[in-house]
Amino acid sequence: MGTGPGVLTDPVTTAVRGGVGDSPRRPDGTLKVTGEFAYSSDLWMDGMLWGLTLRSPHAHARVTRIETARALAVPGVFAVLTHEDVPGTNLYGLEIRDQPVLAADRVRYQGEPVALVAAEHPEAARRALDLVEVDFDPLPPVTDARESVHGTSPSLHPGGNVVRHVRIRHGDEHARADVVVTGDYEVGMQDQAFLGPESGLAVPSPDGGVDLYVATQWLHVDRDQVAAALGLAPELVRITLAGVGGAFGAREDLSIQVHACMLALRTRRAVKMVSSREESFFGHVHRHPARMRYEHGATRDGRLVYVKAETILDGGAYASSTPAVVTNAATLGAGPYDVPNVAIDCYGAYTNNPPCGAMRGFGAVQAAFAYESQMDRLAAVVGIDPVEIRIRNALTEGSRIATGQRVDSAAPVAELVRRVRDMPLPPSADGDLRAMPGGVANTTHGEGVRRGVGYAVGLKNVCFSAGFDDYSTARVVLEAVAGEPVVLVHTAAVEVGQGLVTLQAQIARTELGVARVTVATADTQVGGAGSTSASRQSYVTGGAVQAACRQVAEEVRRRAAERSGADPGALDLAGGKVVTRDGVPVADMADLLGDDRVERTVEWRHRPTSPIDPATGQGDAHVQLAFAAHRAVVDVDVELGLSSTGWCATRRSPTT
Amino acid sequence: MRRPTSWAEALSVRAAAPDLLPIAGGTDVMVELNFDRRRPPGLLDLTRVPELATWTVFDGTVELGAGVTYAQVVADLGDLLPGLATASRTVGSPQIRNRGTVGGNLGSASPAGDAHPPLLAAGAVVELESVHGRRSVPVSEFFIGVKRSVLEPDELIRSVRVPCATGPEQFSKVGTRNAMVIAVASFALRVDPGRRRVGTGIGSAAPTPRTAPEAETFLAREIEAADAWASRDPLPAPVVRRFAELVAAAASPIDDVRGSASYRRHALTVMATRTLGWAWDEYRQGVPA
Repeated sequence: MGTGPGVLTDPVTTAVRGGVGDSPRRPDGTLKVTGEFAYSSDLWMDGMLWGLTLRSPHAHARVTRIETARALAVPGVFAVLTHEDVPGTNLYGLEIRDQPVLAADRVRYQGEPVALVAAEHPEAARRALDLVEVDFDPLPPVTDARESVHGTSPSLHPGGNVVRHVRIRHGDEHARADVVVTGDYEVGMQDQAFLGPESGLAVPSPDGGVDLYVATQWLHVDRDQVAAALGLAPELVRITLAGVGGAFGAREDLSIQVHACMLALRTRRAVKMVSSREESFFGHVHRHPARMRYEHGATRDGRLVYVKAETILDGGAYASSTPAVVTNAATLGAGPYDVPNVAIDCYGAYTNNPPCGAMRGFGAVQAAFAYESQMDRLAAVVGIDPVEIRIRNALTEGSRIATGQRVDSAAPVAELVRRVRDMPLPPSADGDLRAMPGGVANTTHGEGVRRGVGYAVGLKNVCFSAGFDDYSTARVVLEAVAGEPVVLVHTAAVEVGQGLVTLQAQIARTELGVARVTVATADTQVGGAGSTSASRQSYVTGGAVQAACRQVAEEVRRRAAERSGADPGALDLAGGKVVTRDGVPVADMADLLGDDRVERTVEWRHRPTSPIDPATGQGDAHVQLAFAAHRAVVDVDVELGLSSTGWCATRRSPTT
Repeated sequence: MRRPTSWAEALSVRAAAPDLLPIAGGTDVMVELNFDRRRPPGLLDLTRVPELATWTVFDGTVELGAGVTYAQVVADLGDLLPGLATASRTVGSPQIRNRGTVGGNLGSASPAGDAHPPLLAAGAVVELESVHGRRSVPVSEFFIGVKRSVLEPDELIRSVRVPCATGPEQFSKVGTRNAMVIAVASFALRVDPGRRRVGTGIGSAAPTPRTAPEAETFLAREIEAADAWASRDPLPAPVVRRFAELVAAAASPIDDVRGSASYRRHALTVMATRTLGWAWDEYRQGVPA
C-alpha cells in the first residue's frame, strides 16, 4: 500500500523528466545512427514473394494489347496482374480520383504502372517483367502547362485540362501606381528524393482482408484508397506504419500500397515491394513546375500599392494534391506583405509530364520565388536596400493577407528580416578549397569569385486550410504495471523523422506526471490522425494527445477525490502521484488504479477554416501562418559558373 | 564468382574464363549490375590478390598496384604524385574512395575517369599481364574509345608505373556540383623541371582521356627559350593564353546532359590558365616537389 503517511507526505516538487521543455532522446535515435533501425525496405517474412511494377516507357500512348502468358511461364512467378485484375475501382487520388491503379487503355505519363509481377526471387520477377508484352500506340504528349490551361491542347481527362483555377480579387483590381515592375518567372520540377525508397509488405489475412506494412504519410487516406481499389470494406484493410526513410510530401500519394495488396490477395502469400532508387523517381509525385507573371505597383518610396499575378502550375498527368497546391500558391501569392490591392489567377494544369503533388512548402515556395524576385527588382527601381523594402512592406499582426483574412497572431516579418541581416557574414574562403566555388575539385583559388548576398521572406499556412475537416485522434491508456503507472499513447500519426513519437511522449509525461510512456506504432486500428504534412502534427495530434491525457487525468483526479474526499479541481498529477496544489500527495497513481485502467480516445480539431469565395478568393482560409526570413551568401566563380555551397541564415516564427 | 588469392591464379582464371568480368572496388561494376546494364556470366573478384594492393617506389617511379584505392593514394602519395592525389580526392564520397581503385578506373576506361588526366600528364605506363606474358602500354595509348581500352580478354591490369613528380602538379575538375560528382571537364598539368617537359591530361572532353601534345610542346619550348627553368621568371601572359588555347583545341567535346561542347572548351581554357598560374607560381617559389 502506498497510502501510508510515511510514503505520501513528502511534497512532490520535481516535474517528471522528459516532459515538454526537456530534450529527451528519440526512441529511434540510437538505432538510426548505428544503422540498426528497420526501414520499410528491411521488412521480411519467410516465404514472401517479391513484387515488381512494369511501367510505361511513353509519356502518352494508347494501350492496345497486354499479354502476360510468357511472363507467367517464368519459373518462380506466382502472378502477373493487369488492370483487369483490379478488384475494386481502378481509380484513386488524394483529392480527385483520376489515377488508375494500373493503366487500362491509356497511359498519361512515362513511368505509369501497367502490370505487376510477383515471384519467389526478385531476379525471376525482373525476367518476367521483361516478358510482359504491351503494345503501345504513342500519342503526342501534352508538355506545355500554359497551352494546357489555355485550352489549346487535347484534353487528357474528361473535365478538360484545368485541374483548378483560384481567383483572388482583393481591393481594387484596377489600382494604379507610380512605380511598376513586372517579371516572368519559372521554377523547374524538383524531387523530394527521400532516402528510403517506396517499400512495403502486404500480408493476406484469413478473413479475406490484408495487412499492409508501409512507409507513408497518411495511414487512413491510404487505407480508404486501398480499400476502394481492392473492393474491400475499410476494416479489412489494416495498415501499420513501417520505418519511414524521409517523406517531404512524396509519400502522401499511394505508391506500392494497392499493388502489393493485389499481389498478396491473388497469391495468398506475403508480398514485398521495394522501388530501386531510379524507379523511386517514377514512383512518386514531384514539386509542381511553375510559370509566373507578376506585376508589382508601388509608391515612389517603395510602398506596395498592388500585386497582380498569373501563375500556372504543371500538375502533370494526374491531380494528386494539385487543387490544394493551387490554393496555397494563390492565397499566399502576394507574400508576407501589406498589399491593399491583389489580383491573382492561379491555375493547376494536367499535362503528360510526371505527376506533381506535395513537397515541402506546397505551392508557397513557387510563389515566393516570384514575389521575392519582384521585391528585389522593386528595391532596385525605387533605389532602396532589399532589406529595407521588405521591412517597409512587412505584414504585421492585424494586417490582412490577399484573401482578406486578418492576421490575428504574431507576424514579426520585419523583425525576422532584421535579425538575419544583423547576423555576421561568413568569412571569405581564404585558401580553404572546401569553401570555394568548385570545392576540392580545385577550380579556383579565388580567381573569378564574386560574392552575392540575397534576402527573402515567405509565409506558409500551418495545418489544412479552406474548410477541410482537419482533426486527429488519440487514444491514451493509463494503467499500473509492476506497481508503477504506465501510459500508452496510440495514434495514427506518422513519424517521418520529425520527432513526433518523442513529442507525443513528452506531452503525455507533462499532462499525466508519469515517467513511463509508450507510444504505440501508428496504425489504422485507431481513428485518423490526418497527414504528416502542412506542419500540422505537433499542433493537431499534439492537441489530441493533450486532450486525451487531460480526460484521463480528470478521471484519475475524480477517483482520487472520491477516495480522499478532496476537491478534484484542487488536485494535480505529478511524479506518478495525485497531489494537492501544494504538491502534497494524496494518492499513488498505481495504487489508485489497481488492476483497472483508464482509457480515453479523443478526436481533436483546431479552429475551423472557411472555403474561399470562388469569385474573389476571399475568406478566412487559414488556421495560422508561419513566417520565415532567409539570408543566403553565395560565392560564385563567374568565369566557370560554379558556386560555393553557400551559407544560409534562417529565422522563422513561430519557432517549432 | 571466382576469387583468386594470388596474381598467378588470377591470370590463369582470366585465361580459362575470359568472359568473367573483373571486379575490384566495384564502384563502376556494381552500378552496371544493379541497373541491369550488364549481365556478365560471372565475376572475377580481384580484391583478394595481395600483389595488387600495394605500391612501391623504384628508380624515381611509383609502381602502383591496380588494387590500390583512391583513399590510399590520398593518404600516401600526396608528395610523390600530387596531381593523382588531388584527383583522387575529388572521386565520389569517402566510402567510394575507400573502395574504388586506380586500376579499376583504368579498366572502366571512362572518358570521365578522374585518375586518367594526372596519369596522362605524368606520362604513366600501364602494365598488362596474361598467362602469356607482360606488356607495357603508355597510358596515352591505353584508351581506344568510349569505355574501351587495349586490354585483351585474357589480360589483367597489374599496375601502373608513374614517374615521380619533379615539380608542381595540378588537377582541376568542373562538375555540376562541388563534390561527389562526375567530371563535366577536367584537366591535369605536370610541370616537370627534372625532365624539362610539360605534361597535360584532359578528361571528359573527348571520346577518351587524352593529352594536349601541342600545348605541351609549345610551353616547354617557350620555357626553354626564355631559360625560365633556370630563371624561374614569370611566364608572359600571351604564353599562358596560347597554352590554354592549345589545351582547349586538343579536346573534341560533345554536348550532353552535363554540359555543352562549347562550355567544356571554355572550362578547359579557364582550368589550363589557372592551373598553369598556380603551378608556375609554386615553381617560382621553389617549393620542392
